[in-house]
Amino acid sequence: MQLLDPMLPDQFLVKRKVNENKDTFTLTLEPLEKKSFLYQPGQFNMLYMFGLGEVAISISGNSEKPLPLIHTIRAVGTTTKAMQKLKKGDVIGLRGPFGSSWPIIQAKGKDVIIVVGGIGLAPLRPVIYYILAHRQDYGRVSLLYGARTPEDQIYLNEFAGWQEKLDFFTIVDRASKKWNGDVGVVTRLIPKAKFNPSNTLAMICGPEVMMRFVSLALQDKGLIPEQIFVSMERNMKCAIGFCGHCQLGGTFICKDGPVFTYKEMKRYLELREV
Amino acid sequence: MENNSLIILAESLQLIFDNLNSFGYQTIAPTISENTIVYDQITKISDLPIGYIDEQTGGHYRLKKHSKPTFFSYTVGANSWKKYLHPPKVRLWQIKRKAKAMEFVSEETQPPKLAFIGVRGCELAAISIQDRVFLKDKFVDPIYSTRRKDIFIVAINCARAVKTCFCTSMQTGPKVEEGFDLSLTEILDDKKHIFLVKVATEKGREILKNIPYKVATKEDENIAENIIKTTAQSIEKKLDTENIKELLYQNYENPSWDEVANRCLSCANCTMVCPTCFCTTVQDTTDLTGEIAERWRSWDSCFTSDFSYIHGGSVRVSTKSRYRQWLVHKLGAWLDQFGTSGCVGCGRCITWCPVGIDITEQVKTLRENNG
Repeated sequence: MQLLDPMLPDQFLVKRKVNENKDTFTLTLEPLEKKSFLYQPGQFNMLYMFGLGEVAISISGNSEKPLPLIHTIRAVGTTTKAMQKLKKGDVIGLRGPFGSSWPIIQAKGKDVIIVVGGIGLAPLRPVIYYILAHRQDYGRVSLLYGARTPEDQIYLNEFAGWQEKLDFFTIVDRASKKWNGDVGVVTRLIPKAKFNPSNTLAMICGPEVMMRFVSLALQDKGLIPEQIFVSMERNMKCAIGFCGHCQLGGTFICKDGPVFTYKEMKRYLELREV
Repeated sequence: MENNSLIILAESLQLIFDNLNSFGYQTIAPTISENTIVYDQITKISDLPIGYIDEQTGGHYRLKKHSKPTFFSYTVGANSWKKYLHPPKVRLWQIKRKAKAMEFVSEETQPPKLAFIGVRGCELAAISIQDRVFLKDKFVDPIYSTRRKDIFIVAINCARAVKTCFCTSMQTGPKVEEGFDLSLTEILDDKKHIFLVKVATEKGREILKNIPYKVATKEDENIAENIIKTTAQSIEKKLDTENIKELLYQNYENPSWDEVANRCLSCANCTMVCPTCFCTTVQDTTDLTGEIAERWRSWDSCFTSDFSYIHGGSVRVSTKSRYRQWLVHKLGAWLDQFGTSGCVGCGRCITWCPVGIDITEQVKTLRENNG
């Protein structure tokens, strides 16, 4: 029985499903058999729908209270669209956690700038929770969040709390009449963030083009590539470095990433089709 | 008997097969199917491709009758031992739907004990590379590891090379150096047909039990060494590996990728015949009742568009980017990931490429256009 373990999912019960916006939802999952589950912010799980397939989804809950597991998922493919129909009491397969994590310990005593685009907020929410729980360990903390439209924003009910303890700014690509905030790409928020460039770590998650330009803008502000962390995405089938799909340069995103320094990924963010 | 270098009669190879079979091994060896050399289960040496040689060039493979009844004068075919250790298709698990639960059933595999007979230098290197990938990383692949555990290997020193061979460039052959239980060098002249057998393990010694032998003389050793040396000298194809990782990493935007992309059919043959390519995909299926689902793993190729699919489309849309992906990984990124090249110089990807794209020529072209 032990043999196939890294590929064999455990059963998880859906305790709750909340719609974040029209295509994004959050699942709260409790293990049926497993007693404990430990993960680091930035790691991901492989979620399995009976007979349909498996998808890599980052964990977006509080890593210091790992259970129940929280996953925010956008319904874009066969498996995730089926997951959108899950109800309380349904059972899914889950294996993990996999991959590298955000530098929350390394960031202690430093300013932190978190820049996210779209659902890129989900893999960084564990970092936000950790910083909020240990607020005195960190300097100025900025959270810059770009979404396509105000209606696409997720975790709205947490905004007030974040506003209180962080320098929290939002921006949207396209605004409706009700929107009074900033409009444009997320890099436009960078001038609002206050940080000491020689003592700052940046954590970025979003589309590759966004991570590339945010990194460039932060370099203009005095950060060096070793101070900037990005989370990469590639096709993943196994999550344990065997299927080859997520190979990028000298790494497998699944086991060496998804979190890398910008220094490691700079080259690949500048190339097409790698 | 404590001698590690023995001479046996060629026909005594049958006794090695017999002993292996009586020890519970299935004997897998080269044989002929559909006019090519394949690896399959045989128990009689008469099923070996006796008296055959092969002719290989880019996109070309022919088996021909040889003037002599040698057992191992051909080289490698499209098959590699990979299909036994890293199966083309394998079930990972089954799952049964229960009321408010699912029951995962792990695949209990009890693979047969296999003996590989006629493994060449390049192929030993390929096995050792897949060992690195599947057994010596952060995770261990249980499927590979259960199959690999009890393999018995009879290696063969190549007495002939074909035009696609370049093991000398990759330092994997033609002489077999390690990773086997027994090695053979076939010697056939007017007077005798014999094997010089090197015993590398205790398991190997055990298999030789009751087989008539004589201790190899210095002269026998010299004859065998000369056969290997002559084979090495006959290899014309070269791949210059100096600073190859840097060459590839620095040349993502080299115009020569466009040229090869014009010829490449993106058919994935090179990755299927490659003895080290390890990529897989999974298929999730259900039965007709919808009560039982399965997950299967099968070989995949970086040459397909589905391979790099993420939400929004494939990362590598163009043939150029897929060929580049394969070559940069195989000859460059493997060094970073596994501390070894992904190429063993067997030449299969050259022979079985329908348009005869030659990996060694591509590296040459990159070097010429470097910068």
